[in-house]
Amino acid sequence: MDSFLEDYKEAPAVVVGGKRRRRSPATQAVLQPLLHLPFLPPQPVSSNEYKLNFKKSKEACLSYIQDALLQKQWKRAAEFLTCYVESLEKDYSREHIGPSEMIWRIGTEILWHHSQSRMKEFNCFMEQMKTLGVKRYLKVCLEHVFHLLCNGQIDEAYQNLSLAESWRFGEQTAIQDKEIKLIQAYRGLLDYCSWSKQKKILLEHGEDGFADLAVEQEMHGYFRKAAVNLKEIIKIPGVWDVFVKCYVDILHDIVPSHELMIDFNTMLQKSKKRKKRQLGLEVIFAALDYAGWKENAKAWSCLARQVKQIVISEKHLDWIKQEWNSRKDWWPDFHFSRYLAKRNWQENKSLSYEKALVAGILLGKDCKYFKYVSHQGCKTRVKRFRMLKKFVTRHNPVYLRISGPPDSSVQP
Amino acid sequence: RDFNERCAQCSEVNWGLTDGGRFYCRSCHNVTERTREVVNTDFITNSRVQTISKRLKKEGKNDGGCEWYICEGFQLVLKKQVEALEALGVCPQMKDEILCNFWRCYLQKSKQAYCKRPAGETVKALSVCESSTDVDSDPERPSLLHLLSLSESEGDLQTDCSFASSVSKVSESTSVYSGSVDGSLYLMKNQKEKLRMTMPMTLSFCYLALLWVREPITLSELLRFVVEGHIPYMNVFQHFPEKMKLCGLDLKIFCVESWPLYEEVFNKMHELAAFLDLPRFPDITESCFLHPDMLCMKYLMEANLPDELHNWTCRVVKKIGIGEVDFLTLMPGNKSTRKVKYDVLAAAVIVVVLKLLFLLDDHYEWLLSEFAEERNKNNTEVCMFYSGGPYFEFRKWYEVVKHSLDVEQKKLDEEKAKYLWRCEKPLFYSVKNKSKVLKRRQMVVNLQNQFGKLSGSVQRAEKPNPSSFQLSWSEENTDGSCFHGHSLKGVLQEKCGLLTTMNPDYWLCTVKLCNEKLCGHLAHYREVEFPQSYHFVLGLFSFLLRIQPSYIHDEVCMIEHRLFNKKLCKKLKYNTVLRK
Repeated sequence: MDSFLEDYKEAPAVVVGGKRRRRSPATQAVLQPLLHLPFLPPQPVSSNEYKLNFKKSKEACLSYIQDALLQKQWKRAAEFLTCYVESLEKDYSREHIGPSEMIWRIGTEILWHHSQSRMKEFNCFMEQMKTLGVKRYLKVCLEHVFHLLCNGQIDEAYQNLSLAESWRFGEQTAIQDKEIKLIQAYRGLLDYCSWSKQKKILLEHGEDGFADLAVEQEMHGYFRKAAVNLKEIIKIPGVWDVFVKCYVDILHDIVPSHELMIDFNTMLQKSKKRKKRQLGLEVIFAALDYAGWKENAKAWSCLARQVKQIVISEKHLDWIKQEWNSRKDWWPDFHFSRYLAKRNWQENKSLSYEKALVAGILLGKDCKYFKYVSHQGCKTRVKRFRMLKKFVTRHNPVYLRISGPPDSSVQP
Repeated sequence: RDFNERCAQCSEVNWGLTDGGRFYCRSCHNVTERTREVVNTDFITNSRVQTISKRLKKEGKNDGGCEWYICEGFQLVLKKQVEALEALGVCPQMKDEILCNFWRCYLQKSKQAYCKRPAGETVKALSVCESSTDVDSDPERPSLLHLLSLSESEGDLQTDCSFASSVSKVSESTSVYSGSVDGSLYLMKNQKEKLRMTMPMTLSFCYLALLWVREPITLSELLRFVVEGHIPYMNVFQHFPEKMKLCGLDLKIFCVESWPLYEEVFNKMHELAAFLDLPRFPDITESCFLHPDMLCMKYLMEANLPDELHNWTCRVVKKIGIGEVDFLTLMPGNKSTRKVKYDVLAAAVIVVVLKLLFLLDDHYEWLLSEFAEERNKNNTEVCMFYSGGPYFEFRKWYEVVKHSLDVEQKKLDEEKAKYLWRCEKPLFYSVKNKSKVLKRRQMVVNLQNQFGKLSGSVQRAEKPNPSSFQLSWSEENTDGSCFHGHSLKGVLQEKCGLLTTMNPDYWLCTVKLCNEKLCGHLAHYREVEFPQSYHFVLGLFSFLLRIQPSYIHDEVCMIEHRLFNKKLCKKLKYNTVLRK
């Protein structure tokens, strides 16, 4: 009969909650801490913790992929992704981010960074991803385009953009309108790029004496497309700096008397950035250099508005000075002659109002144009002319600063 | 069980079944010629068979599909499984005699076949699938949703509901949809009394047969072979013949998306044995693989523990009587005996022995290890050779085993994450989403190819050959990483001519056992409450057996209870007396 147990002089140290109560002298260890509360409520040991099922397996797979991505181990990530893709065959419509989105994002990362991956495979992959989810279609298109651009494949990017722009899918089109705007913006951007390329070619050819009509037409085509697109886009509130810059380039380059310049100026005036506002001023001055705009009330009102604002704020008078410098010799005759004052007053009171304001600021209250118009205006007791007179009178000293020392050519 | 004849030799009515399925008298061991299967001879006339033969004529009528019943599907599954077992080396009788008979018995008992009148509902089942017009108006017919919710499979019920709702909206003939004839019925009936067949239960069948033949495969091994793919389970339906079309509710029955748990299969096995009214199983004796002495030896080797520990495991086994034939042999339907998990029991015995020798309280075992280390340093090799191996150092063993364990565990975790659950055969709930399913499958295959190429030289490893040992240690290694031959001298001492432990103490895992019937466990294991060494040892066997540590802990508690209960009672009584 086995008696090894008899050696236990007493019953073994009773344990409550598992930890030993007493120690044998042989071990010389510190006494264990006191008992915990004995009978803890029995935790139902959930067998689900150890249950290996599809969902758990894929969750584990995802975390392995995540680790691999973070450590830039693309091969390993690909290995696990290969195992993950079968989640597509299960419906995860209740999850926040479904497997199709996961696969799209992860796959993109891997294909982009993996050394053996080729653009062809990448494109093929993106095409597949586009078919995976209608709600994400445009987003996938956009990202694809970005990657193509990064890779220098402008033409493919353009094709994709055009395709995406023409995509229609019932409600989804309306829901995804933000993406559509972006797509349009980028297409405009690419149009701009093409345009500038063409222009360059044209210039070079032009120097040689060639004037390729087709190229020129093409260029204009691009310009038109670009401008229209960009204009639309910029109307939408948001940060569009890149696009604005392109727009500026285009408009700047062509004859600055283009009709879009007015809108452009309006836009730029609103900008919070100083440079842009200054640019706006430049633009409108430049536009009014041309005979075509002489009678355009809108153009004058733009200039007037901006000038007025500057004067009131008393900041950036130097801008006006800068612009005026090159024009003060000829604008007075060109725009502000007495004859024109009479004619403008007769034909278009609003025009004369705006012009008078500008003239008053730039040339002072004693200039011909302003004197005539304001006199006529006050005679007719139109309120705004009275206001105008007050304003110009009040700010009269400004013109001195703008114009510099009085010039003998300026007629009182 | 209907066999009530008196024995020719001794006139007793005490029958058992031989391995060959023949009845033998337990009193005088007279073997008869009667076998179980000849119990009911009029199965030929039953209508189920008639229907099946009619079906054979109908075959080829609709797109190559035929009518098939769920139980036929399961029969195919079992066939495949047992063939795989045969390939692993199990004796061929298991297939043709044992499992076959169990299955037929099951069919008979659950009234699915081999009986006079199969459940009249089968007739109804046919009409359900055929009728098409007044589907929604019949209040008795269950909705698809309801049926889906009744099934036992977990997890993606929500997704199925979305499928279901899309199907049931359109009142076509597919409102109660399954490729099989009785798929919907199968899920609908309250089959508690009749023990409805499920995929995990196929493994219960297999194990039952294995146990009958006393094959050296434990349940944990069987389940491991299943997970490793040596025994078909997960996508076995892809081997169904072409004409057996699987769709709709059949998927709920045959497509499982989780590995079966030990407990599940084990409990079902016992239920099944009782349901089938099986007699006492062949005895598990000391020479049997499943006997704790044998299993302990195997696990000791696998755990890289000294062979000398085997003496101790045998002593414990003997002391608490768990090596007795009556304890170990399965007696179906006997509620008083505890159901024995052979593998878990053996592992628990080893844990108890380790506690006896090393205490495992996060202090003593390390102290002992230090003593052993010192002695090993001082001894020369010659000394060691003569004294039978170096002193066993717990610390060294811990380091070696932990390292290997971590490596294997990591591999296992990765395998689990990389496991591919789907197979080539497409599954769809209804014809409507068939094209969608196929498209998706195609895309998955494309993506797998694309990214598979980018995985580099890592090829998907071939299925490893099935092995009984997951960890192996070779004595030929000169780095001393094999501890089989090490000596326990350092932790033993001689007293009165008997070899006993140096450790005089023992701590119990629990004072009182829980009522298993109420909460399902004898004790509740929480890692933070126990010493790290104990947790490590549990973890080791938990890995080897692929079960939760708490199951082993339960068995440990049971063993300790048997070992120390008397003493404990005495002590408590004494204390109470004193206090008075």
